[in-house]
Amino acid sequence: MAQIDAIVGWKDLPFGCHVYEPGSTAKFRTGDWRSQRPVLDKEKCIRCGMCWVFCPDMCYSQTEEGYFEANMEYCKGCGICAHECPKDAITMVPEED
Amino acid sequence: MITELEKFKGFSAKNLPKEEGLAPGHRACQGCGEVLALRMVMKALGKDVIVCCATGCMEIVTTPFPQTSWQVPWIHIAFENAASVASGVEAARKVLMRKGRIPKRHVDILAVGGDGATGDIGLSWISGAMERGHDFLYVCLDNEAYMNTGVQRSGCTPYGAMTTTSPPGKKGSGQVTWKKNVPAIMAAHGIPYVATASPAYFLDLMNKVKKAALVEGPAYVHIYSPCPTGWGSAGERSVEFAKLAVETRIFPLYEVIEGRYVISRKITKPKPVTEYFKGQRRFRHLSEDQLSFIQAKVDEEYARLMKLSEAT
Amino acid sequence: MGKRVGIEVSIAIAEAVKLARAEVIAAYPITPQTHIVEHLSEIIANGELDAEFITVESEHAAMSCCCGSSAAGARTYTATSSQGLALMSEILYHPGPMRLPIVMTVANRALAAPISIWNDHQDIMAQRDIGWIQTFAENGQEAVDLTLHAFRVAEDRKVSLPVIVNIDGFTLSHVIEPIVIPDQEEVDAYLPAFKPRVRLDVKKPVTMGPVGIPEVYTEAKMAHNEAIKASKRVILQGWKEFAEIFGREYNPVETYRSEDAEVLLVTMGSISETAMTAVDAMRDKGTSVGLVRIRLWRPFPGPEFRKAAGKASVLAVIDRCLPPGAVCGPVGAELRSIFYKMPGAPKIFSFVAGLGGRDVTVELFEEIVDKARAYAKKRPTELYEVIGVRER
Repeated sequence: MAQIDAIVGWKDLPFGCHVYEPGSTAKFRTGDWRSQRPVLDKEKCIRCGMCWVFCPDMCYSQTEEGYFEANMEYCKGCGICAHECPKDAITMVPEED
Repeated sequence: MITELEKFKGFSAKNLPKEEGLAPGHRACQGCGEVLALRMVMKALGKDVIVCCATGCMEIVTTPFPQTSWQVPWIHIAFENAASVASGVEAARKVLMRKGRIPKRHVDILAVGGDGATGDIGLSWISGAMERGHDFLYVCLDNEAYMNTGVQRSGCTPYGAMTTTSPPGKKGSGQVTWKKNVPAIMAAHGIPYVATASPAYFLDLMNKVKKAALVEGPAYVHIYSPCPTGWGSAGERSVEFAKLAVETRIFPLYEVIEGRYVISRKITKPKPVTEYFKGQRRFRHLSEDQLSFIQAKVDEEYARLMKLSEAT
Repeated sequence: MGKRVGIEVSIAIAEAVKLARAEVIAAYPITPQTHIVEHLSEIIANGELDAEFITVESEHAAMSCCCGSSAAGARTYTATSSQGLALMSEILYHPGPMRLPIVMTVANRALAAPISIWNDHQDIMAQRDIGWIQTFAENGQEAVDLTLHAFRVAEDRKVSLPVIVNIDGFTLSHVIEPIVIPDQEEVDAYLPAFKPRVRLDVKKPVTMGPVGIPEVYTEAKMAHNEAIKASKRVILQGWKEFAEIFGREYNPVETYRSEDAEVLLVTMGSISETAMTAVDAMRDKGTSVGLVRIRLWRPFPGPEFRKAAGKASVLAVIDRCLPPGAVCGPVGAELRSIFYKMPGAPKIFSFVAGLGGRDVTVELFEEIVDKARAYAKKRPTELYEVIGVRER
């Protein structure tokens, strides 16, 4: 369940019950949902960025070398990146318990 | 020709914006094609946008109080009325800018809803906003059923598909009606821009969304949004299904610019519809007769679309 | 000082909305509210008011537009009636907790079935708990004054809540009365430009209307409830300043010849004027009767009402609403609650009258008072009575 650190008493509830901190779901780690993780083979990678483009969870970002790296804090392990990689450079491997 | 569109050079794989309108940590299911489409929509629109969101999966998964995924101003009121809320925002900004009460600055106004919010319950609200000519864009993220409430059929559910309210049984065989043509209804309003898009063709999608935002007046983009949970498909195959729907001519990509139909991607050698159905549990029960009926109807609809593009 | 003119009340309300410099108006035609929005359309078409009029396709859309417009920071107004208010119902619950200060006139009208365009309070009583501040106007002047007051209170940064001004359909909306239309300078002095506490702004993104998980829903409802309760101070302050600028005084509850009265009639809205005539007639005959008129319906002014009721032994409450299967009408129920188990509490009887445009006459008030006095001695089987109804 959601972390409830900002759940407050009614007197401290933000005005209008609005959320004033943009992008604050970033505090929530959806990586816990994962049962498999993407592993990149840099030998095969052509740095096309399709993994970044097709990730529904905004996990990927480009490193200085130009490779795309998934943030395991958020990766839900859906496997779209591996499935869409034109060079089959990403393999989904089971998470260990 | 619309001048705003002439100036637009378009996105390319090399100049994709790095900025995201949505933050990670949203609660969408694994492999959600809808949130992927929404992410692309927001990428195309950038930061100068106010979002009016209908009740539905995207509203639920992005705003679990006290958190939000949104990096831009966002409002949700109810299920059917995102277009009306957008009308109010647009009218307010117009008069406030005119009176010098807020800085003059162009801000896009996006109303977004699922296929139920758009084609069923919200149709008259959208129609009213389109007819009044507000400067906004409406994006429908079509995952072909009421997914947020547990996969009930909508007017956009395709023929034959199994949902919890169109179950195959001894007497029935899934959805009995053909998918409602919502883009055609929108085009009938005579609005300047209507388009269909698929997240598998991300540049096409982003360009269409940007064009919809650029034109003055109402615009509509209908985006195909695979739902692994509701369709009984593998999450990793969401983009693949979004592509197959186009390649089989089930979901053709086109624009209607000032009434002229323009096919974005002509499918000259279509794949058989069965290739798209494989791997989706919602179609598993379809009989041979149903499959050939669907194939014939898909061919017929595509031919009609081609004729429209030739005639306009 | 304003100008006293003979004017239809609906037109006068539209003039008040103009004087208030409303910025967005979204409305759908429905009898008997139409004259207000027709006249506003004319005012805008003539360039007398710089506003956007959204000619929506339904009342549900009207209220939806109002939510968007108010959230974007514009002074927002709408008006409706009856079936239209009922169609809006879903959206009426949003601006309260979301703190969107929309102002709405409701020209009160009966609800179908059978369909009726005529006046009673069933439409608004069905929306009693939407969480808006609600007032009832007694005459045309009050309708104008309460409209200006509504904007002032709604947009006060301590309040930031939506307000409904109820006016009786036809019996108020369509009559011509002598009304003082205030000067623009006076209104400007009373009503500063709307400065929302928060608005949809790309420079400072805010998420409005997130999902209320169980951990927060109760607190959100509580915050809204407390905001409505706390608004009373601003409502009173708004009337005090109104009197200072415009010279007309308003209170949450008003009395008429209530001193030492044994029986008090309790009314809301335009029938109060007939009730006053009835009180005069009965006083002339030596009946110890007075009148209490409720102007502020939400937040309910309990202490003010108890004070106004004084030492009266019987309250004859006129409910212009018949909630089927309920123990009595909504006003009667409210009053029974505020006096419950209080020492010396009056006996309270609810009389359902004036449904669907049926006249509430002086004679009917006399009958009500007689019955209330009789019931004080011998309790009736029910807590309410539909007065003036034909049995056969």
